Parts: sequence; C-alpha cells; structure tokens
Amino acid sequence: MTLTLVVISLVASAALGLVYQSTKEPIAKAQMAKINSAIEAVVPEFNNQPFEESYKVEVDGGELIFYPAKKDGQLVGTAVKTFSKNGFSGLIELMVGFLPDGSINKVAVVSHKETPGLGDKMEPKKSNFSVQFEGRNPENFKLKVKKDGGDVDAITASTITSRAYCDAVERAFKALKEGGAK
Amino acid sequence: MSKFYNLTKGILKENPIFVIVLGMCPTLATTSSAMNGLGMGLATTFVLLGSNVVISLMARFIPDKVRIPSYIVVIATFVTIVDLVMQAYTQSLYEKLGIFIPLIVVNCIVLGRAEAFANKNNVLESALDGIGMGLGFTFALTLLGSVREVLGGGSIFDHKFITGDGILVFILAPGAFIALAYLIALFNKIKK
Repeated sequence: MTLTLVVISLVASAALGLVYQSTKEPIAKAQMAKINSAIEAVVPEFNNQPFEESYKVEVDGGELIFYPAKKDGQLVGTAVKTFSKNGFSGLIELMVGFLPDGSINKVAVVSHKETPGLGDKMEPKKSNFSVQFEGRNPENFKLKVKKDGGDVDAITASTITSRAYCDAVERAFKALKEGGAK
Repeated sequence: MSKFYNLTKGILKENPIFVIVLGMCPTLATTSSAMNGLGMGLATTFVLLGSNVVISLMARFIPDKVRIPSYIVVIATFVTIVDLVMQAYTQSLYEKLGIFIPLIVVNCIVLGRAEAFANKNNVLESALDGIGMGLGFTFALTLLGSVREVLGGGSIFDHKFITGDGILVFILAPGAFIALAYLIALFNKIKK
C-alpha cells in the first residue's frame, strides 16, 4: 500500500521535474518579453538594454524598478515599474515612462486584478483614461482625482481604481525625483 | 457504438455543467469573457484526458485504501504541468485565470471521472470519456463566457460591436449566476 503510493509519487515528481526544467527558460523569457514590451510602450525610442541596466529602490514596503532607456548613450527616458496596494482588488502594477525633464511620457499597465468592465478601463486599450497623464509634469499636475482636489478625471464608477492608479504614478515620480534618476 | 457514446455523452447528454452540475467554482468565476472560458475549458480537458488515461492504466495496481490519494497525486501532477506550460506560452491568459488553474486539482469533474469511470474502464474508453467530458466542459464555459461578454461588454472574443458599456452586472459575479441559471433552464428545455 505504502509502496504503491511511494512509487506513484516518485514517478509524478520525476515527471514534474522534467517539465519544470524544460519550461523554466520559456517562462523567464515570457516574463522578460512582457516587461520589455511595457518599457517600449512608455518611453521614446531607445537602443540600449534597459532590462540589463535596471536598478531597484525599496519604498513603502515594495520595490520600484527603474529601467533607463538610452539612445546612443544619451538618456531619453526612464521607465519605472511601480505599484499600488490601494486597488479595489489586489495589487496594481504600472509601468510609467518619464522623460528626462520629469514629465510623464506614457503609462502602461503591467498587471492588475480590478473588475472587468469597470476598473480595467485603466488599461490603455480599453479606454483613454491614461491619455490625460501623457506629457504632464507632476510638479504642476496634481496626481489626485478631482473628487480629492486633484487634476485627474477618474474613471466613471471606478474612483478607487483611479485613486490607486494616481497613487502608483505619484510613487514612481517621487522616487525618481529623490535621486532615482542616475 | 458505445465508444462513440463515451465520446459524445459529455457534450450534451451528461454535460458536466448543464446536466451533472459539477465544478461550479471555476465555471462561475472564470467565465467573465468567452476567451477565459475557452482557455479554462481546454486546460481542464487536458487534465481530464491525462488523468483518465493514467488512472485507468494504474487502477489494477492500486490498493483500494490509497485509491483517492493516488488519484489526487496523478491529477495534481497534470495540473502543475498545465500551470507551467501556460505560464511559459500563454502568459496573458495565465494571468487572467490566475488561481483557478491550480484549483483544477480540486475540480469535482476530474476526480469524479477518475472515480466513476476511469478506474472501471479500459484506456481507450477512459481517454474518450476524458475528451468528451472536457469538450462538454469547454463548450459550457465558452457559451457562458460568450453570453456574459456579449451582454456585459458588447463584445465577443474581445471584438467589440457596440460603443460604450453593456449591462455591467453580467460581467460581475451576480451575472454569472443569472446567466448560468438561464442556460441550464434552456438546456433542460432542449433536452426534453
């Protein structure tokens, strides 16, 4: 009885080990491709490898990852992978692209668990909520929804998501200003 | 004849969702769009096929007392394989389905077919049963996902055909119950 179970478990773990080994690389590649496409979406054209030059900053119990985008050695923008824990359901991760002068170029969504049809409108392809951030400098563009006295038009019926979105962008901007930019 | 029956019974006559009403948790939770339903259905089909085949091969060697633990180990192995493969090749779908892929392990349909069918029948019949049940599950999930996506978001397989919003409740949790109830009612009507 015990023997049967031992044999079954051994075979099962051997099979899993094999699959794990052979999918390890594709998984790493897929994750890298996802980050890379998010970087490409938010900063101007570059020709370095931001993934390899990235660095991390610890803030508010999480970490921000900075990806400097350079063209011919000249910094053209910084993509910051940022997060907010104030989402309606779970962690929201954004990729915010800043130009060297500190203004926002574009914002992309890396991952979220917001309600489909409501909060997921923060994704650029689902609504143009994120367009209002483009070209703004948070120095004179208050990253808060209008209800809270800021300059951001919230998504209808998704104020919590909009607040979290602003929170994430704000966090990235602050960290960038405090010497995140190298 | 009986082989053909084993393959097709899961699709209509013994459909796991509309007739046997098993595996409601992933059914209600993952069908917010047609694509999610299809992905979840296919992942479960693979697990069903794999576990049915392996269990029907092993059934003779497994003592009755450790039957269920053995089945669970086999099923969990296949689920982990699906989990890793989806993570590697279909990232975005994997992220949407999230926790529900690992949860296929506890899906009643999979263990139910192992216990009720695969351990008493030969490999070929078990494989056909697994495919049939899986396709029935996939069909049900895709249908439910399509209904919810059409009514809730005005789109199908991410192709939008209206501007603006649909009836949002269908994308949220209550809509899953409403849509499923109507589909089961409709299915019973047709079956008569």
